[in-house]
Amino acid sequence: MWTVAFFVLPFVIMGVYSLWKRVGNKLITEFSFGNYENFFAKSFLFESLTNSLEVTLLVTVISILLAYPLAYILAEKVPDRWQRIALIMAILPFWTSYLVRSYSWLLVLSEGGVISNFLLEIGLTTEPISMANNRSATVIGFVHFFVMLLTLTIFANLKQLPKNYRKAAQDLGAGPIRTFIYVILPLTLPGIMVGAFLTFVLCIGDYITPAILGGKRELLMPQTIMLQIERRSDFPTASSLALILMTVVSMVYLACARWLKLDRL
Amino acid sequence: MKFKKQKISGFGKSAAYALVIASLAGAPGNVYAAKELNALVWCDHTDPALIKPFEEKYDVRVNLKEYEGTGAALAIVEQSQPGDWDVFVVDGVDVPGVVESGLLAELPQDQLPINDVFDAVKMEDMTFKDGKMYAIMEKFGYNVISYNKEKVDPADMRDLNTLWSDKYKGRIAVYDYYIPLMNLVALKMGIKPADITADVLPKMKEELFKLKENSVMIGDVVASSTALAVGEADILIGGGEWAVSVLSAEQPELDWVLPDQGGMLWSQSLAVFKDSKNQDLAIEFIKHVMSPEGQAALATSSCFWGMPANQQAKTALTDQQRAALRWEEQAGFQANSHRYFIPNAELDSQMLDVWTEFLQH
Repeated sequence: MWTVAFFVLPFVIMGVYSLWKRVGNKLITEFSFGNYENFFAKSFLFESLTNSLEVTLLVTVISILLAYPLAYILAEKVPDRWQRIALIMAILPFWTSYLVRSYSWLLVLSEGGVISNFLLEIGLTTEPISMANNRSATVIGFVHFFVMLLTLTIFANLKQLPKNYRKAAQDLGAGPIRTFIYVILPLTLPGIMVGAFLTFVLCIGDYITPAILGGKRELLMPQTIMLQIERRSDFPTASSLALILMTVVSMVYLACARWLKLDRL
Repeated sequence: MKFKKQKISGFGKSAAYALVIASLAGAPGNVYAAKELNALVWCDHTDPALIKPFEEKYDVRVNLKEYEGTGAALAIVEQSQPGDWDVFVVDGVDVPGVVESGLLAELPQDQLPINDVFDAVKMEDMTFKDGKMYAIMEKFGYNVISYNKEKVDPADMRDLNTLWSDKYKGRIAVYDYYIPLMNLVALKMGIKPADITADVLPKMKEELFKLKENSVMIGDVVASSTALAVGEADILIGGGEWAVSVLSAEQPELDWVLPDQGGMLWSQSLAVFKDSKNQDLAIEFIKHVMSPEGQAALATSSCFWGMPANQQAKTALTDQQRAALRWEEQAGFQANSHRYFIPNAELDSQMLDVWTEFLQH
């Protein structure tokens, strides 16, 4: 019942809405695929999706590259008694309001911000510089958050690996690098994939970070959806865009599940 | 195990209490004592300097629900029971639509200072229907140009063309609201906002693309104001007193001006819900907000500043506050400003498409 009430029903309502149309203040309840046709016909709408996919993939890849070494050090190099404290440090960013964190990054990256002042102070630049209000700023904001999420999933996976596997690989003559490439990495792929999928889903649907840090120099999918609702209360168009986004996420989920041969992530 | 069960049960109870309290706090209405007033407002009405004197005078509690965008407010009303809400702060441009929807009660003209309201914002064509008054304008201002006068030449800010030149390239923030911004672009092109048609949209798009090349960011109210305040931008097109005057004491270098080509006038109004069970109290609230003292408090709210609609508020404002609001230039500004042009459905859709393309460009 819970799933029907809070997932299936809203989903069906959204599906029906996406086939309606808003003209002025009126809702035209005739079914058509006009909203979906518009999405593919108007390049600026379609670009929202490609922008979202580009940003999300970039964030996911960078986050994995940063999170894996961190998780590895936590699991393998940090003594057990310090691991708990290290993990608390890792999840500290989750305790801060998402909005506050994004605005904090804005203050760090903007002209006259921490980085700009530091570079001026040490003489690397002569003019204040701004690193905010662009795609890079959005990616930095996202990565800060998702590195920790990925670190936790990879860390959990690494901790589950029996120590014997490494010893067996070494007994068979594999050095640390070969052991990592042929034993550890393949066995931690599920942890990476689960973290990557969560990162993908949370990142592609996020509105706040690109709105604050991206400076609306380009539109991502959630911003385009919000634009329809905020300015024109155009729920039919917003619903169609949301369903397209949901379809993309579902396809990624299916790809992940198929690749890992998992029925449930 | 028993301990665990008790803990869960305790947590469940706490959660249930929290839910009840949250639902009571979020949903106004008849569960409260009679001496409560429920108002759907913009953030500037949440300043205690405005609300407290009314609460003390009438020994009443005013429950304020902030909203952004008339659409969001109407959705809240739709989801409430008739009579839940008493007072409604409505965006000036949306007043005719809300009046048309039949949600509002008639206001007593003889009890409100309509004659003291600036002529430019009386807007009786919007607040009256069939000779009956349904709303009164309480505050107004402009979508024009805000700037940092230590970083730019104030004289340049009186000419919209400067923003399209290379002089301030990369130093401009753009307020992300397509109606006033596209209206300003029309003024820059020498077209009155009311004369915007689908034919001028291609040219307008070119102008917007040029503006984007000169801009550093595009943002909503908070983001664009913050960009100016923290020095990320030196100019905010679409800004006005609402973006900088609240900072006039701390950051006097931030200023605003209406350019020679003209500017866009925004306004907000007060109304009473037809189904309100506290009609008399609601009227008293409107009288309080429209009084010179109420108007001064609303004009200088900690959320954002704006011009009080009631001219009598002049004496209740300090010299510094009047200067920040450019009170002495109001006559000229009002004469050279235009109301938001609200296009028909088809043109509105086309304009939003152009704006989305501008954001995506």
